[in-house]
Formats: sequence, structure tokens, C-alpha cells
Amino acid sequence: MSPHGNPEVPASSAGAVESTAAKVPAGPETSSESSAPRSVWPLWEVFVRSSRGLSHVHAGSLHAPDAAMALRNARDLYTRRNEGVSIWVVPADAIAASDPDAKGSFFESPQGKDYRHATYYTKSEGVKHL
Amino acid sequence: MIPTGSHSSQARTGSLAGVAPDTEGHGDISVGVAGSGDSSASATRITPGNALRPEDIALEVRTGLVKPSEDAAEYALRLGDDALILAQRLGHWISRAPELEEDVALGNIALDQLGHARSFLSYAGGAWEKSEDELAYFRREHEFRSAHLFEQPNGDFAVTIARQFVVSYYQFELYRRLTESTDATLAAISAKAVKEVDYHRDHSAQWILRLAQGTEESRRRITHGLRLIWPYVEELFVDDELTSRLAEAGTAVEPSSLRADFDRLTGAVFAEAELEVPNVPAAPGGGRRGKHSEHLGYILAEMQVLAREHPGASW
Repeated sequence: MSPHGNPEVPASSAGAVESTAAKVPAGPETSSESSAPRSVWPLWEVFVRSSRGLSHVHAGSLHAPDAAMALRNARDLYTRRNEGVSIWVVPADAIAASDPDAKGSFFESPQGKDYRHATYYTKSEGVKHL
Repeated sequence: MIPTGSHSSQARTGSLAGVAPDTEGHGDISVGVAGSGDSSASATRITPGNALRPEDIALEVRTGLVKPSEDAAEYALRLGDDALILAQRLGHWISRAPELEEDVALGNIALDQLGHARSFLSYAGGAWEKSEDELAYFRREHEFRSAHLFEQPNGDFAVTIARQFVVSYYQFELYRRLTESTDATLAAISAKAVKEVDYHRDHSAQWILRLAQGTEESRRRITHGLRLIWPYVEELFVDDELTSRLAEAGTAVEPSSLRADFDRLTGAVFAEAELEVPNVPAAPGGGRRGKHSEHLGYILAEMQVLAREHPGASW
């Protein structure tokens, strides 16, 4: 391998084209009826790791026909200013999300339960190694 | 275990230490978009990074640190003009691509090419005491040295991808070899450019495969696009007196020496896409001697009008 990448294969963080994947036409369909809905690429959620040792953080979303193109689009959209060293893309419909309307029952319960925090407890006398 | 907080504060210090202090000209851009938020965890933390910039080359030329030979300057002019005209062409896609994501992808590629053009032209200008702007905006059509491929109209998305496919595989083979040029500046510009062009190769190859194996319509369009573009391949690999002299000196390589690798690697993509290499006669060319097609004049008119209307203006 040469110091400037592999001359035989274009640089790519994604694997080869998945030729068995469902084919999606590039660009707008030349629809005969103007009322026919335009075919849309599926939505992907993008997670970027800004540097080694940190976690991937949700950066945004994008449209792409398949995973390989989603990774490339993510590189073009979300790492233009040197933001990342690694990217994950996840089909948006693969993410199960909590219901915003259930905020009360889901997230308000821990409030006021300060005994769940270490700072609630005072150090007992005579206990070593704390 | 009781968390003490020391780990998170260490991580933060570590990330700030990685921020480059260079703020000349553009103010401090090392602050995360989110401002004073948790910058170490932000996916949008931005840093300029460290790489050879056109400004660095312009500075070296201005201070007399480097000066190209007449031949090297003429050669840099060719490479710079190729990249400049392509950047202008690709820029026209902005807001017009089939999808927003592709709009940004083509815009990024255009900016990469513009960066290469600025570096090559800044260097070339050193031989004639001209700036990159003087070379880009105040030369006339017959003074441009770009090959005809680069001025070909965008056409539809498939034509642009066909042009990108040829350009990126050609430029990759060229810059890869120029990294070993005896001219240190040409080698340095090429070392920066080859990584970017490698990504352009990937981008175009991915689209060739998808268009060829997508729908009947997309296959028809990419087949047509490749037939339109292929006549302009030949000119890229023509040797002349300048390239022979430079190849002998180790400054450059003979264009013809790139052809075998170009044919082999593009051939592999054609095979995978189940496409035929277009069997079309070569166009006459002549761009390297300043003979251009009808397209270049219109490109230059649009590209140069502002600078010529307001000479010396800056903003």
C-alpha cells in the first residue's frame, strides 16, 4: 500500500457496493403525472465521533439510497470542518424512541429522589477507604 | 465506586489541547458551534486542522522562498486551469442537484478542486510575478491551458458523473506520481490533492455502479453520458515537448505513462457495472495550446465578470 492510499481501490470508509440491496433510482422520477408522489430516499441518523476515546454523538440526519451512500453523504454533510474521526449511520426507522407525550411518567419520577445520588449520603465515621 | 469527576475534566483538557492556535485571517474558529456547551462531547466541534493551504504557497512565493522554473510554472498552469474550470463547472450544481445531499457532495468536490487550482496557480504565478487572482481573472481564453474535458457542459447528473469518473481516475494517477516530483512544491500540492481526489474517485465510481445497475432510465442516461464524455479522454494522455522536458528532469511524468493504469482501473469499474468502454473517436483537443471549444468563453465570462468590472476590489 502506497503512502497515499491504495491506488487499486478508491478510498472508502464503507464496504463495497452491496449489489443485492434494493435499487433506488437516482434523482427525481420523471413522473408522467404531476400528482404522483416523488420517490424519496430513506432517512438515516448520523452519529459522529469527534476524537478517539469519545463516544459517537448524534449529529443529525440525511437521506441516502443505501448504507454505503449514507456513510459518504454523512462524511460530506457532517465532517466538512474536521469534526470527526468515525461515523455511524443508522436507518431512522430502526430507532425506537420514547414518546414525548409520556414525559411525565417516564422522566419526572427520578426528580426529588436525591437519595439516588452519592452526595445525599454523609460519610460515616470510622469507615475507611471512602 | 464514587465518581470524582476527574475523568471528565481530563477528557476536556485533552480535547482543548488538540485545538490548533492558528487564527490568522479568519478569527478563532476553534470554538464549538454550540458555544460554551460541553465542547468535548459535541459532534459539531470544529477545528481548522493542519494542512498545506494555498495561502502558504502564496506566502512562500511572495517572500521568494520558492520560485518555479519557467517549465514548472507552465506545467502548474495546466494543472491549475484544469482544476479551476472544473470547479467553476461543478459549482453550477449548487442548489440544482437531484438531492440535497448530492448538492453538498458536488459542492465539496468543487471546493476541493478550487483549492488545488489556487495552489497550482499561486505557484505558477511565482514565475511571472502574478497572483492567483491575476491568473484566474485577467487571462483571456487563449491563455488558458485546461484540457477540453474540464470545460464540457454539466449535462444531466449522469453526464456530470461520467466527467467526474474520468477526471478523478486521471487526476489520481497523476497526483500519485507527482508526489515524487523533484519540484518540492508540486510534490507537496499533489500530496494534499491526491487524498481528496481519491475520495472523488470513490464518489464517481459509486454513482457509475448505481446508475448503471439502477433502473432502465438511469442505465440509459449513464451510457449516454459516458459516450458524450469519452472523446475527451484522449487529450489527457498526450505528451508534448513540455512534458517530455519535465519528465526528463523528474519534475513531472509523461501523460501517456498514466494511460495503462487509468484504463485498467476504469475498466474494472466498467466491468462491475456491466458497461462497455465507449467506442467513440477522440476529439481533436488542443486545450494545452490554448485552443478551446465554444464552451470556455462562456465559463470565463461568468467567472471573470465581477473581477473585471471592479478591478482590485476586495470583500
